[in-house]
Amino acid sequence: MRVSQERYGDALVLTPVGRIDNSTTDGLRSDLNTYVATCRKGGDRLVLDFSKVDYISSVGLRVLMLAAKKIREQEGMIVVAALQPVVREIFEISRFNLVFQCFGTVREALGKVSAAALEAYDSAHGA
Amino acid sequence: MSASGKGLDTQEKARAWVDTELDFAVSHTFGGNSACVQLDAGDEEYVLCDLGSGVRAFGNHVFSRDGPSKKSTFHVFLSHVHWDHIMGFPFFGPAYVPGNKIRIYGCHSNIEQALRRQQDPPSFPVPFDTLAASIEFITLQPGRSYDIAGWSVTARLQNHSGDSYGYRFVRDSRIIVYSTDSEHRLDIPDEVEGAAAFFADADLVVFDAMYSLAEAVSVKEDWGHSSNVVAVELCQLANAKHLVLFHHEPANNDERIAEIWRETLRYEEISRTGEPLRVSAAYDGMEIEL
Repeated sequence: MRVSQERYGDALVLTPVGRIDNSTTDGLRSDLNTYVATCRKGGDRLVLDFSKVDYISSVGLRVLMLAAKKIREQEGMIVVAALQPVVREIFEISRFNLVFQCFGTVREALGKVSAAALEAYDSAHGA
Repeated sequence: MSASGKGLDTQEKARAWVDTELDFAVSHTFGGNSACVQLDAGDEEYVLCDLGSGVRAFGNHVFSRDGPSKKSTFHVFLSHVHWDHIMGFPFFGPAYVPGNKIRIYGCHSNIEQALRRQQDPPSFPVPFDTLAASIEFITLQPGRSYDIAGWSVTARLQNHSGDSYGYRFVRDSRIIVYSTDSEHRLDIPDEVEGAAAFFADADLVVFDAMYSLAEAVSVKEDWGHSSNVVAVELCQLANAKHLVLFHHEPANNDERIAEIWRETLRYEEISRTGEPLRVSAAYDGMEIEL
């Protein structure tokens, strides 16, 4: 699975593309593990941009849960943004919407996690 | 209020409306008995899975159908001996009838001990040895097929505290899988392959869907139960035809179980890649014809 990365101030935005299921979780898991390895209190915030994900299976959700657990243990921050309608439904059915803070847009998520990140995002996007 | 203006002026109309129009959680209840499932192929002998509190009502059904004097044989397959799966046995009327035969099958070595212990004081006033029926215990080996009461039966080890076993029943090209109290892990390839083979082409899968996926992979990980999401994915992978959500979380009321059922129907649509999978939610007294 292809996962693109962008940095905005002290926030990292990961954008996976396509279906996240048994056969495609490796890329996302790898990127999340890289982030988890250096995650610490006051360090980079992580925003998962799901705008290009059209399905996520239980295995994909499990990968998110494991990462979130470690990140919280290390007092880091992970949030989810821009869920497509079907993926939002899956989050609700699986109750992952109760585990992750979900925001309508990446900008909204960045605004929540860090003022510096939002400023960097707005600057990059000409806002 | 829901019936206002529906013109339900006869009992038949009212009953039909309740059965077809009214939400299940309003018109019925899912009940609260613990696990007991009968496989009925029209034989004289009875076949059951587990001896939860539901077996009390089953025993009463046998009495009302056959009368108190008819001698019967009961074949019981136990998933495990946690209390909710054996607690109905002291209240199983046919166990008190001389001439009845009860054959209890399972892969655990402590089934007899567990059933005897719950009859002893202070738990119950009727010791096991005074039960009038003839009771036998037969230990099965997982992975081996047995011909029992007209069924080909295979047990499979499942992930649950103290172990549990699922059962695959085959008869006349009909396949039923009973898989309760099992934490299925779809992130472990060997586990997926094994479970999918065990569930393969089943006409009916009775599946432990006690938790939400979020619970099952976080705070309730290793608690030995699965979710509705994993149930759907595994049944789809195995090309099963009908999934029955089973072993509901006791803390959930009827509305909550109905909501989970509706959500599971939707998840089946979302994740479907082949033939549709029928999804039901188990309730006390439910009957399914294959």
